[in-house]
Amino acid sequence: MELSIGFLPLVDACLPILAREHGFAEAEGLSLRLVRDMSWATVLDRLLYGHSDAAHMVAPLAIATTLGRGRPAQPLSVPFVLGLNGNAVTMTPALAALVKPATGLGDARAVGAALAVVAAQRKAAGKPLRFGVVHRYSSHNYMLRYWLAACGVRPDHDVEITTVAPPFCADALEMGEVDAICVGEPWSSVAVERGVGEIVLFSAQIWRRGVEKVLALREPVMEDKRDAVEALIRALRKAGEHFVDPANWEANAAILSRTEYLDSNPLLVHRAISDHMMMTQGGAPVHFPDFMFQHREAANFPWVSQAEWLYTQMTRWDGIAFSAADAAKAARVFRPDVYRSALLGTGEPLPGASSKVEGSLANTTAVSTQQGRMTLESNQFFDGMVFDPLDLPGYLAGLP
Amino acid sequence: MRIAIIDDSVMRASVIQQGLAELDDCEIFVVTDRRGLVARIGEIAPDVVLMDLGNPSRDVLEEFFAVSRALDRPIAMFVDESDDEAIAASVEAGVSAYVVDGLAAHRVRPLIDLAVRRFNAFARLQSDLAEARGQLAERETIDKAKRILMTSRGLTEPAAYGEMRKAAMQSGRRIADIAEAVVTAHDLIGGPR
Repeated sequence: MELSIGFLPLVDACLPILAREHGFAEAEGLSLRLVRDMSWATVLDRLLYGHSDAAHMVAPLAIATTLGRGRPAQPLSVPFVLGLNGNAVTMTPALAALVKPATGLGDARAVGAALAVVAAQRKAAGKPLRFGVVHRYSSHNYMLRYWLAACGVRPDHDVEITTVAPPFCADALEMGEVDAICVGEPWSSVAVERGVGEIVLFSAQIWRRGVEKVLALREPVMEDKRDAVEALIRALRKAGEHFVDPANWEANAAILSRTEYLDSNPLLVHRAISDHMMMTQGGAPVHFPDFMFQHREAANFPWVSQAEWLYTQMTRWDGIAFSAADAAKAARVFRPDVYRSALLGTGEPLPGASSKVEGSLANTTAVSTQQGRMTLESNQFFDGMVFDPLDLPGYLAGLP
Repeated sequence: MRIAIIDDSVMRASVIQQGLAELDDCEIFVVTDRRGLVARIGEIAPDVVLMDLGNPSRDVLEEFFAVSRALDRPIAMFVDESDDEAIAASVEAGVSAYVVDGLAAHRVRPLIDLAVRRFNAFARLQSDLAEARGQLAERETIDKAKRILMTSRGLTEPAAYGEMRKAAMQSGRRIADIAEAVVTAHDLIGGPR
């Protein structure tokens, strides 16, 4: 069986790459071809026109494509989440100096409060702060906006938010095109290394368990190639186990950095995969556990509630009215049934439910399972809001 | 019709531009610099935008098309969704096209077809060029290996070449590979150059 997978050169493309490189795919009778591109638009085009069977994709884009936002609707399916979090908010040193504490990692509320003051000053001076995100339909955009809005900074009113391609994020900070970016690794680290940016906040500080990249396929392709897709899910779980083992970090950083994959500096990639991030040029690395989250707690399980959360943010920021029909379509993009079917009878834990109240856990909690044992750790939003998928309009009404 | 070609390869952009010049009633603008891209497109106010699929700025441009009021008319990928074949061909060739709303399909289609042909021609040109470069480099290596054999073993030029050809036939390798081995061995062992 053969599958081709499109990806962007980002550290969180790790699981398909490692599934191929370490033979996990081969062990499942699967031959993987990886297709590297430089924009999400091209990754999506290749998926829609059959150049690739599956794609590494920003989660909201899979939902936007299904709902026909920005182009004719095409139903996509997500049977596997490639990872949670792993992004950072990186600011010009001048802005960072105004909003972050003198030492150590800032707190999302405190940094947000300081940022609100600067944002108001800059708006009054006629030069509003400008943020860069990697795509309109990216988790980066939604996490950044969630944080700003909860701190009293209104996106598109008090600050501007624009799209910047990941390879140009450091340039954009240096040239003053933007004051801050929200981007995945290794691009924040590239900016830090060049001394043009300082990491101020991790996306995991905004939502401790925020959905990030997904494995997306066209719905008919997933049905046609169901056996191959299920084999891929098993191979990706194995790749995740390998990825999080500290014994493999150095070797995996070297593999991921190769020209045909990220074409990056292995030292920078190693920082991300070991959760040891350098916040400022020449500074001491900060250990932030679960900066990236690719494996534990069934991290790859496509929780329907996460698709629904993304849909609420889409209505919020695209300024479209909530529609129960669209919410249901968005929810169906995530396919826990396929994930379960692929892993049933293996040693992998499978949760009992397919949807959960997001942000409700403050402590480690054991959950009921279909198979194996599972605990979930804190999954809180920094502002303490709770997302109940049974009441989407109620949740939207309660947002600032 | 105002056509903007966005490509960070100056060479390819000019190949496309030359191809489109044969169309009547078209004004062509080439943008190769990433900086100020969006502002430049705003100024040009194109009816059609052609951009290579490998360009990292595609997401930036699509965002601009989605939210900007700078262009009078909305612009979207391709003229209509029924034209799947044309879209597939252009994705195959590595070009994305954005067309303003309301532009008639019969005006756009020839343009897209032409762009696709030029993109394909450019890709062929590049692979021919790479092949020619490779052949040239091989030629040089073979000459170098011949000189080494002539000096170290006192052979004539045809005899030196004959030796390499014999070794190639015996080991089932290409003469260029044998020559490469001779040069490498010579460099490692040292000796008169």
